[in-house]
Amino acid sequence: MLPVLLALTLVEIGSGLVLGGFEGSLLQYPSLLVLVPVTIGTAGNLGSILAARLSTSFHLGTLSFSPRDDELLGNALATVALAVSVFPVIGVGAWLLTTLLGETQLAVSTVLLVSLTSGICLAVLAVVVTLVATYAAYRFELDPDDVVLPVVTNTCDVLGVLVLFGAVQVFV
Amino acid sequence: MSVREVAVEAYREALPALGASLLGGLLAGVVLGGMRAELRAVPGLLVLVPALLATRGNVYGSLGARIATALHQGFIEPRVTEADRRLYAAVAAALGNGILASLFAATMAFLVLTLLGWDVAGLATLLGIALVAGLLSGIVLTAVVVTVVFAGYRRGYNPDTLVGPVVTTTGDVFGILFLLVAVRTVLFVGGVV
Repeated sequence: MLPVLLALTLVEIGSGLVLGGFEGSLLQYPSLLVLVPVTIGTAGNLGSILAARLSTSFHLGTLSFSPRDDELLGNALATVALAVSVFPVIGVGAWLLTTLLGETQLAVSTVLLVSLTSGICLAVLAVVVTLVATYAAYRFELDPDDVVLPVVTNTCDVLGVLVLFGAVQVFV
Repeated sequence: MSVREVAVEAYREALPALGASLLGGLLAGVVLGGMRAELRAVPGLLVLVPALLATRGNVYGSLGARIATALHQGFIEPRVTEADRRLYAAVAAALGNGILASLFAATMAFLVLTLLGWDVAGLATLLGIALVAGLLSGIVLTAVVVTVVFAGYRRGYNPDTLVGPVVTTTGDVFGILFLLVAVRTVLFVGGVV
């Protein structure tokens, strides 16, 4: 457990460095800082839910790695649909909470745009990462429950910070 | 099942857990947003945030999964008062791993930031914050995980499906909250000494 934990910690320091790289914008606009934990967390959750479902289908033998597989397509579609429903709530929620605390400086549309764009990108990335990790576990005959979940959750954490960084660069 | 049926079922099953962790994440964000003075006072602290939050999820999520498996196999009873050495050993290992990983994160963040030539607080400050935050959030998360898994199991819920959402939600909130407590404590002690 400990070696894996330390390796994952190193990966997370990498995403911390990205956060450190736009610390200026984050400290200037508190709405963006509020977005950080929830964006990382939701990205990780989207990935881990998909990974758990694919892993179960895989154990049940109902999953095939074909682009026309119904289980695969349906689960991928649900991940994107979840992101499209949840991330607008996150954006408006972050803006609303910062406004209630009297600290907001960004327009609600900007925060919404940052959050929704990050969310859609992250859903697509979560699908890709989960598929690649599950397929790799299948090829190397590893139990997807042991390997895929931690890899997907922590990769999605890092991607969450990177995508948020990108969205802030474009929209703020 | 058709693609549409698979998608609708997956969506319905995931939305409640995602909604709960969304609330937790926003709360954690509000605390982080209110920490700007501390983030300015301790350069490098923000770099530590993802590692500390992920450690909470990795360590206490795994503790919850272990307890859930032991319950399913009948190795432990779902009552804190009848807790045996197996449960104590699992909890002690989780606390140890959590604190070690936090200290490791603080050391690595300090080293990398120093190598990059970025502004960074002293190693002792970062280690102190990681230790206090790791210990306090570890104690609370252990209590939450054990209580929720035991109570859920006694009421007939599958502990496996409870662990994930409970750990991500409480891990984010308590992770950031105790980070704030830790920074204030270490800055206070540092100011006095």
